[in-house]
Amino acid sequence: MSYIVRIVDLHKYYYLGGEALHVLKGLNLEIFEGDFVALMGPSGSGKSTLLNILGCLDRLSDGKYELSEVDVSHMADDELSEVRSRYLGFIFQSYNLLPQYTVVENIEVPLLYQNIKLNEITKQRCLALADMVGLGSRLDHRPFQLSGGQQQRVAIARALVNDPHVILADEPTGNLDTKTSVEIMTMLRKLNQAGKTIIMVTHENDIAEWARRVIRLRDGVIESDIRND
Amino acid sequence: MNFAKLQRSALLAIRSLWLHKLRAFLSVLGIIIGTGAVIALMAFGEGNMKEALDDIKRQGATNVVVRSIKPSDDSSTGSRSFVASYGLTFEDLSRLQNLDGILSIVPMRIFPQEIRRFERLVSAGRLVATVPEYAIVNKLELSTGRFITEKDNREMNNVCVIATNLANRLFPLDNPMGQTVVIKNNHYKIIGVMKDRMATSASGGSQAEEVFDNDVYIPLDTYRELYGATIFLRQSGSRSGERMQLSQITLTIDSEVDTRAGREKVKAMGDLIRSIIQQRHYKTDWAMTIPLDRLEELERSQDRYTVLLAMVASISLLVGGIGIMNIMLATVTERTREIGIRRALGAKRRDIITQFLVEAVVQTTVGGMIGVFCGLSIVLIAPIAMQKFFNQHLPTLINSFWIIVSLSVSILVGVIFGLYPAIKAAKLDPIEALRHE
Ligand SMILES: Nc1ncnc2c1ncn2[C@@H]1O[C@H](COP(=O)(O)OP(=O)(O)O)[C@@H](O)[C@H]1O
Ligand SMILES: [Mg+2]
Repeated sequence: MSYIVRIVDLHKYYYLGGEALHVLKGLNLEIFEGDFVALMGPSGSGKSTLLNILGCLDRLSDGKYELSEVDVSHMADDELSEVRSRYLGFIFQSYNLLPQYTVVENIEVPLLYQNIKLNEITKQRCLALADMVGLGSRLDHRPFQLSGGQQQRVAIARALVNDPHVILADEPTGNLDTKTSVEIMTMLRKLNQAGKTIIMVTHENDIAEWARRVIRLRDGVIESDIRND
Repeated sequence: MNFAKLQRSALLAIRSLWLHKLRAFLSVLGIIIGTGAVIALMAFGEGNMKEALDDIKRQGATNVVVRSIKPSDDSSTGSRSFVASYGLTFEDLSRLQNLDGILSIVPMRIFPQEIRRFERLVSAGRLVATVPEYAIVNKLELSTGRFITEKDNREMNNVCVIATNLANRLFPLDNPMGQTVVIKNNHYKIIGVMKDRMATSASGGSQAEEVFDNDVYIPLDTYRELYGATIFLRQSGSRSGERMQLSQITLTIDSEVDTRAGREKVKAMGDLIRSIIQQRHYKTDWAMTIPLDRLEELERSQDRYTVLLAMVASISLLVGGIGIMNIMLATVTERTREIGIRRALGAKRRDIITQFLVEAVVQTTVGGMIGVFCGLSIVLIAPIAMQKFFNQHLPTLINSFWIIVSLSVSILVGVIFGLYPAIKAAKLDPIEALRHE
């Protein structure tokens, strides 16, 4: 099986007032297609930083990152946008829906930035996804009219609309109660069982249990890498 | 960037703006005022200009008009019984008739005259003794009958053509055609009645406003035969008077005013005519008016007006543009998180630039449209109001050119002043933008 994510000796520094902050210290990691990975670790250990780099939102300082066997380490800004647009889906802790858009329109947003025509087919796709996450009856609602769990489900539908290779989720249940968290995790597990690769940051053990593989970071290095299944 | 995408961006922009209607309106107020002012003021300026030009064209833009005027030093003689003899002569006329390049030459004697028909009297009549070409040069239109002919002049017929208004006063009940009026104890048969003729305004120099309502036209030669070459005008209540042969000669130059060369020719002919008349006149008992001079004067003042207006409009649009920039910068800050989200979902920098640029342009374009609408409303309403409340005529002319210019400039202002905020938005780091509260 091929790696969908492969990082080699990855370093990340932040520069604060001339002083370098070494956040990720030579990480090596391979993630297979179809895996479900939980990134854990104490606050400040570099989980989000790593996820942002994996999501092509941030750049690594040193090392190499291959996504679907393509080296994206030194891509230009526009190319990275293209990669995000085609191959990646994002789920955020605070949902990050666009407040002025309805449910369907929010799901549609990633398609706006692909070079495709929005037509009946794409419309049906958005409707089907809304249906899949259980919001088929709230298509015209605005985010503020939805509960947190519902908003996160819209975000999941949005992350799926471009049929990404990898879904990246940064504490997707961080703002949700236990019951809703279970709903969301059930949904992610189903997606994974259907073949989607998921990389999720969390600091809660019972959330991490939903993943197949748990990687723990501490001070910018991988402390442990355990398979659940 | 295809059309569908642009259309979507525009719709999105309208929706975002709709969330802050009042703010959007206030931010484009400068644009609204700027474009509104341009549309309204240009319509007033050009309306005024057109009216004046039409007036000049009625007087004949290729004409050269020479007139007798009373020399100013006459009054200094102090003599109450002094009879001033001055003005253009028949000799001047025959000398001018030898000139080439002249389409027509119309001499006339004009003076106030009582017009009588039995017991009816119009004391404020105006007698115009002239030649048939007068009708052509002044584009006279008759409601019935004919104008004076060559034959009338040759045979010195006692015939006349009268103005509609005068006809109505003298013949309130019957048809004036073929009837007789009495002018200076002589009887004249009416052969034609003129259509109403618009008065010409004063045009500087010796040319006063001319009203044609009480005109009577008779053949020049008839008049000359009956009363001699020199008109003697007695001033009422005094023994002083004036002697004069011709009150005016209008020469139509064979040229045009639409080309520079044509205009130069009119001016050159004017100079030539001036020099010819000057040879025989040692005092300034005559004056020359060239309507073209006034036309050019007007064109120059129109240009100055346009430049001035353009300056005022530029300032207002600059202020409007700064307003837009200010509001767009605030919008970018306010929507930093949205920018981060869009970037994470695959938006390129130029997508972000487009989004905010379109938003700015939509604002200024809508502002420009509102401005044009307001301007046009003012242009349509102001003349009605002026008529109603001040009984004054306010000429206007709506020129689609200025509408196009106003809207184009509005769009341009949106692009120019929206660009910096849009670039600023696009330069935001996606992660930092996402973290923004
Ligand atoms: N943009 C940044 N500039 C400077 N330091 C940063 C920045 N982002 C994160 N850091 C630092 O990097 C470290 C790791 O942060 P982060 O990856 O957010 O940790 P986690 O998500 O595991 O809590 C922290 O010490 C944080 O302060
Ligand atoms: Mg974090």
